Amino acid sequence: MIAVNGRDTEWREGLTIRIIMQENKYTSPRIVIKVNGHVVRQEQWESYAVQDGDDVLVLHLIAGG
Amino acid sequence: MRITINERPVEVKPDETLYQVAARVKPDADLIIWNGFPAAADQPLSEGDEVVLIRRGEQPAPHELEALMAARHTPGVHARLKQACVAIAGCGGLGSNVAFSLARVGIGRLILADYDVVVPSNLNRQQYFLEQIGQYKVDALRATLERVNPFVRVESHRVELTPENIPVLLSGADVIVEAFDRAEMKVLIIETVLTRLPGRPLIVGSGMAGYGRSNAIQTRREGDLYICGDEVSEARPGRGLMAPRVAIAANHQANQVLEILLGEEQP
Repeated sequence: MIAVNGRDTEWREGLTIRIIMQENKYTSPRIVIKVNGHVVRQEQWESYAVQDGDDVLVLHLIAGG
Repeated sequence: MRITINERPVEVKPDETLYQVAARVKPDADLIIWNGFPAAADQPLSEGDEVVLIRRGEQPAPHELEALMAARHTPGVHARLKQACVAIAGCGGLGSNVAFSLARVGIGRLILADYDVVVPSNLNRQQYFLEQIGQYKVDALRATLERVNPFVRVESHRVELTPENIPVLLSGADVIVEAFDRAEMKVLIIETVLTRLPGRPLIVGSGMAGYGRSNAIQTRREGDLYICGDEVSEARPGRGLMAPRVAIAANHQANQVLEILLGEEQP
């Protein structure tokens, strides 16, 4: 089990950030990902292996300033 | 017993009161500020008290200007803020408002970065003036801040921030404020600061378009990252950015800067 924005989510072998994004339909490029408090940059999403028990934060950034 | 009056040390007798000292040092003063707050009545003094005496309408002498401007700051607070350096990435609606507030509270050094010039459509929410149209924002803002508080050192960079130059240009700051318009740029600076300048507080604005719903704008923390805004209201065709809500979000950011620099205030 992992947490995605505090919500319990099934974990399985081979789970990457990219898969989590696809399965949750997070399509925006305007997203920052933190795993256990550390940023995972966009270019690492494909390869970053999420471990069982990880705490994943998905932060959507909103345009305007 | 020693107190300070208009930033200068003054010896006072143990039984001398605030009004007596004021009458002795500056008899024509009509505004007496005692430890950061206007005195409503005469009172005894304590060692280390900070008193500022002002005559309304009088242009202060250069040597006492800073003390008079800082008179409404709580003693001790101003000294700490004066030591601080804050970087503001982007000088639009968020950044120009953050800069105004931080200059007014007397942050010692501000680093400004923006590549753009002032255009007429900026004036609906950004702290610029008609005659500044066409000027680089960092130059225009720097000139205005000089008129608000000349004791703030402003370092301005006419540059587009990138993952390469962010760690170089902003690394001198105790706190970094993200104040871009485009969400892709917000992502870029978050990824860069959190990985290249670990431990450095970064305060971003996210979601402040439209009007109303003042209380939906909040500040929340995720480690060293602070997010100010409603995290929903995107600027898009049909829902533009407007001065009140942008300034609310900007001042959430500026207020968070103070809380990081000074610690949480007791209610």
